[in-house]
Amino acid sequence: MPAATTRAPSSPSPDLEEPPPRKLYRSADGRMLGGVARGLGGHLGLPVAWVRFLFLGLFLADGLGALLYAVFWIVVPLGVGGVEAPKSVFETAPDGRRRLRKPDKGQVFALVALLVGAVSFVGNVDMGNGADRYIWPTLLIGAGSVLVWRQADNARRARWMEVGRRRRVLRLARGLAGVALVGLGLAVFMVVRGSAAQLGNVLTAAIAVLTGIALLAGPYLVRMTQDLSEERLMRIRAQERAEVAAHVHDSVLHTLTLIQRNADDGGEVRRLARAQERELRNWLYNPEGTGKDEADEPENLAEAVKRAAAEVEDKHGVPLEVVVVGDCPLDEKLAAQMQAAREAMVNAAKYGGEGGAVQVFAEVEGNTVFVSVRDRGPGFDLDAVPGDRMGVRESIIGRMQRNGGTARLRSVPGGGTEVELEMERAGQ
Amino acid sequence: MTENTEATGGPERRVRVVLVDDHRMFRTGVQAEIGRTEETGVEVVGEAADVDQAVTVITATRPEVVLLDVHLPGGGGVEVLRRCAPMMGAVEDPVRFLALSVSDAAEDVIGVIRGGARGYVTKTITGADLVDSVFRVQEGDAVFSPRLAGFVLDAFASTDAPPIDEDMDRLTQREREVLRLIARGYAYKEIAKQLFISVKTVESHVSAVLRKLQLSNRHELTRWATARRLV
Repeated sequence: MPAATTRAPSSPSPDLEEPPPRKLYRSADGRMLGGVARGLGGHLGLPVAWVRFLFLGLFLADGLGALLYAVFWIVVPLGVGGVEAPKSVFETAPDGRRRLRKPDKGQVFALVALLVGAVSFVGNVDMGNGADRYIWPTLLIGAGSVLVWRQADNARRARWMEVGRRRRVLRLARGLAGVALVGLGLAVFMVVRGSAAQLGNVLTAAIAVLTGIALLAGPYLVRMTQDLSEERLMRIRAQERAEVAAHVHDSVLHTLTLIQRNADDGGEVRRLARAQERELRNWLYNPEGTGKDEADEPENLAEAVKRAAAEVEDKHGVPLEVVVVGDCPLDEKLAAQMQAAREAMVNAAKYGGEGGAVQVFAEVEGNTVFVSVRDRGPGFDLDAVPGDRMGVRESIIGRMQRNGGTARLRSVPGGGTEVELEMERAGQ
Repeated sequence: MTENTEATGGPERRVRVVLVDDHRMFRTGVQAEIGRTEETGVEVVGEAADVDQAVTVITATRPEVVLLDVHLPGGGGVEVLRRCAPMMGAVEDPVRFLALSVSDAAEDVIGVIRGGARGYVTKTITGADLVDSVFRVQEGDAVFSPRLAGFVLDAFASTDAPPIDEDMDRLTQREREVLRLIARGYAYKEIAKQLFISVKTVESHVSAVLRKLQLSNRHELTRWATARRLV
């Protein structure tokens, strides 16, 4: 194979080398073909150009270089050896870093070099009478096979998968080109041996074609089966995990519910259970465990309401049931409303908590945000509790009014107290 | 529902109930809490732990109300509803389902309601409230927990696409009001007082909402529930 011919002309500039890694790898970075020369250069501490010239020289010696190169390519695993940092003068000469576009240019250049090298090789080397006519077909078949087989190179494949669709087209084109080359080679064989055209020859040719197809299709088949089984495995695993998770979490929720219900020891146990339950729910039902950080401020109304309720619940040991309809981003006015709502929740938990869960309801309808906080406690008489009255007046009613909203405090038919807060959102 | 919300002791009212839940502990707990027939009027006639068992037991005992867990081995509550559909639609002694679950994920809740359940309550509900809900379902009424009311409001509020069936796919102003009060934690009686209507009227509004929810043409309802994943 003329593979090694590509090395020399395309990287004439001497590259500086990093200290070599101890194991020999083919280099994935800045390689031109298989990364053998670069890997070897890195390993031996030689400029990569030298190695490439060496390969070229060996290639001229009866193609030994190509053979050697091929063996290296197949045997040596791909790694990160032979990477060097400094840039070279020529753009086509690979530098240490991975550049998406550069290897492409290099490859084009290499292809041209390959053709030139091959033509001059065929032109100059005379192998005697009959041999000549076999060189072209052989070269064609060889080149085709290499093009196809190279696609089985795992690392390259992975990279193409990453890069995406356009690369896939390229790969396909490459495969087709390979097939075409092999076909052409075979055809030339036939034509050259041509006119005799005996049955035996045709048979031989047919077998050759079949073998060729097997060789060409091999990598694809292997790859396909590998991908399929891998994918299936992943899918089964994911399914299993989801099922286990669903079951386990369901059980945990159960236990928590039972604890809540049976705890004669009220307060602390219930508080812990509620906190735990809330956390678990949040984790279970919120996609990708969003924003459980206490540090960052909530940005949306729903989140703000839920968080305020959670904090009050933790602090006062009274369950708060939160229902939120709709959502919108928090602005300054809504933030004030949230503070008022929080105050209302605290009040409800403090004075109405023994009547059962405190109901918190928030709704965004158009531009209006409505929040109600309701307890089923004794319902406190505003005028009879001057201290709280001040608190209520200042931090709930006053705050809402200062920000352009309204607050209503009223007792509910059937006992309990309800605070209704209404606020217009800032202009949209 | 009739006026006697506190009829938990009424021995003249009887309801036959099947418990479907894969957690034995929970079944035992519910049994202990509501199954004291003399006091509550609830008679637990059967239990089941998975879909197949549930269908067998329900077919054999023909209860009036089934307390159905949403998460069940063998396909979940929705599968039980699907296979029991003929019994649900029976003219004589229909079997009615009340979903009872720890899950308050919107897609679970909306899923069982659209499957035909007459209501949905969370497992944190008190024993007395649960008994009350069971009787309400027995009488053909719908039972909305505050959270379910919230989901429904949310689902019907997000009208990106024009509804296919105008009548079906829209809640009336009154229905919205009722739902909103349920979401705020009001009991039927309180809602009636608040809106100056009778409890019967509240019931009919709630039933209408349930019907709309179950029969609604809006496909996006289910999609909404899945995408939204509200807590």
